[in-house]
Amino acid sequence: METFLVAVIQGVALGSVYALLGVGFVIIYRATEVINFAQPALMILGAYAASAFATRVGLPFWLAVLLAMLVLAVIGMLTERIALRPMVGRPSFSAATVTVGVFIVLLIVAFRLIGATILTVGDPWGLTRMEVLGVTVFALDIAKIVVSLTAIAAVGLFLTRSRVGLAMRATALDQETALAQGVDVGRMFGISWAIAAAMAALAGVLISSGATGVDATIALLALKALPVIILGGLDSIKGSVIAGLIIGVAESLTKAYQPQYAPWLGANFDLVVPYLIMIVVLMVRPYGLFGTKEVIRV
Amino acid sequence: MTAPSDLTSARRPGRASGDERASRRTLRGRPLLYTRYVDELALFTTRTKRVWTIGFLVVMVVLPFALERDRVSLLATVAVFAIGGIGLNILTGFAGQVSLGHAFFLGLGAYTAAVLGGEARGDVIGLGLDMAIWLPLAGLVPALVGLVVAPLAARVRGLYLAILTLGLVFIGEHIFKEADSITGGAGVGRPPADPVLFGVDLFTNREILGVRVDRFTILYLTCLAILVVLAVAARNLARSRFGRAFAAVRDRDVAAEVMGVNLLRTKTLAFVVSSFYAGIAGALYSIIIGRITPENWNLFLSIDFLAVVFIGGLATISGSIMGAAFVVLLPEVVKWLSTYLPLVSDLSGGGGLFNVFQLQTILFGVLIVVFLVLEPRGLYGLWIRVRNYFKAWPFSY
Repeated sequence: METFLVAVIQGVALGSVYALLGVGFVIIYRATEVINFAQPALMILGAYAASAFATRVGLPFWLAVLLAMLVLAVIGMLTERIALRPMVGRPSFSAATVTVGVFIVLLIVAFRLIGATILTVGDPWGLTRMEVLGVTVFALDIAKIVVSLTAIAAVGLFLTRSRVGLAMRATALDQETALAQGVDVGRMFGISWAIAAAMAALAGVLISSGATGVDATIALLALKALPVIILGGLDSIKGSVIAGLIIGVAESLTKAYQPQYAPWLGANFDLVVPYLIMIVVLMVRPYGLFGTKEVIRV
Repeated sequence: MTAPSDLTSARRPGRASGDERASRRTLRGRPLLYTRYVDELALFTTRTKRVWTIGFLVVMVVLPFALERDRVSLLATVAVFAIGGIGLNILTGFAGQVSLGHAFFLGLGAYTAAVLGGEARGDVIGLGLDMAIWLPLAGLVPALVGLVVAPLAARVRGLYLAILTLGLVFIGEHIFKEADSITGGAGVGRPPADPVLFGVDLFTNREILGVRVDRFTILYLTCLAILVVLAVAARNLARSRFGRAFAAVRDRDVAAEVMGVNLLRTKTLAFVVSSFYAGIAGALYSIIIGRITPENWNLFLSIDFLAVVFIGGLATISGSIMGAAFVVLLPEVVKWLSTYLPLVSDLSGGGGLFNVFQLQTILFGVLIVVFLVLEPRGLYGLWIRVRNYFKAWPFSY
């Protein structure tokens, strides 16, 4: 029972980080109908920036994180302006391929910046443990859940309550109509990318806190946000939160029980579980759990 | 490319002689004036094209004799990437289905070949069969897997499909790592198939007609021959009924369905053919790189092939070949240039702004972006621009 509870809590923690990344993908997809494959690279850069601010400059952790999010927001905005804006009106898979190119460039920049040493982000949690529901878990896991869900809630509030959020939702719904109502659609694209990049930076900080450290290979971890958004539906924020939690818990439970009960599935089988869940769900629901079914006409 | 009435004659056998007549019927100086559908659908629409293609081919056959050994091996890689690129282009360029899973099918082909044509050594199995058996099967096994995956892939559209196929790469890599007896396991790998065709080892130095031929040259010429066969086959597929069905599905799948194109069957065919090409490319690639590990067939290989297709030009066979040359040769050019550039260190030492490998990869990413933004038709589009400039010369502006 204790193994189960710990696995579930770890899964929820992992899942909320997936959700955080997934919401970033969804915001960009809703605004521009592009899947941003560069998100993992933005995540690593964010983790690096936070680490640089916290350990080299010596700022307090939270200030460093905020600054890193700000820096990444600017990088995200610039990427959109330089590489993606000219692709408006082109097929969405061409634009998605552009982000693959951006991913490669930013990933190498991150490799170069990080170098061979493993950096820490200077997080306050470290390896401390705490009691939750009668079991001992890492404080980091609880922090992941709280921080991610708070950030997602903040973005949700921003989208539903603020004027800019309303304009962004209008852009997502219909770009031309939004233009006709006086919304600066181009600016909304930029803001979407800024928000998504800032969320990626936060996710990067959370993933590389604790014992992990800032390491460019965590990019592959961020790619697992892709099955999450497919499972939840590409254009649904609610979907990506729920799917993130489902996939996180499934992955964590597999990690806890598969070596014992199904060793024939091989080592590190938990890493492919998200993709398997995605494929199975796509067989039943081609637009994910909460995705809008595309209405097409000839 | 619309040809409603004369299609039957286009499909008649004995097309080679038809081409002959067709090219003569095209007016000199009016290469785009077609008087019959058959002419428009011909393999080479003008005589110039045929002459240049054959001339180019002759150069490619003679070229390895003038080059050093590692350069020849590079040429062979270009040929293999062209085969794989054409395969992905059939799926992505012609049929409009974006796939990030190409590396998985390459790996499948490589391991099929290795099991059938490799030697059993240590823990890995190998049957040591002839190339005449393992090469077709290296295409057919991935094609069969493609056939199984296709109905699922046909259910989803656009970017959903891209991510679904991304899943294939990760699941495939996991399977490759776990199937120790076939792949040698993670980080260890296994030797590839032996290229022994009808008892003749294609990877030994030989003397042919008094000329000493390097084993890399023989391997390259084999790859080139396979490339020519598969490229012509792909070109023929593209101008057939199925090729037009692919284009219809790509341009508007609902409209295609209304016109009576069976979506499931067309998409499945595209997947199967694409996987077949990928399998052949994977098998040949494994021979060139010498030792294959499960980590070879990862997402970045898929991205390489995506770059071949997008940089070369969507829905053109010649574009895929140009794209393959570009993607394979770019790192070499960068390596050569970097000795003259400041701020770039070589692989061993630190310092500098970037090392060679980082510069290569960054340029690769930048070029994907630049091509897609500035010239969506890729290298093929650049070629068309150059050609049109000289077509209208001296009145080009």
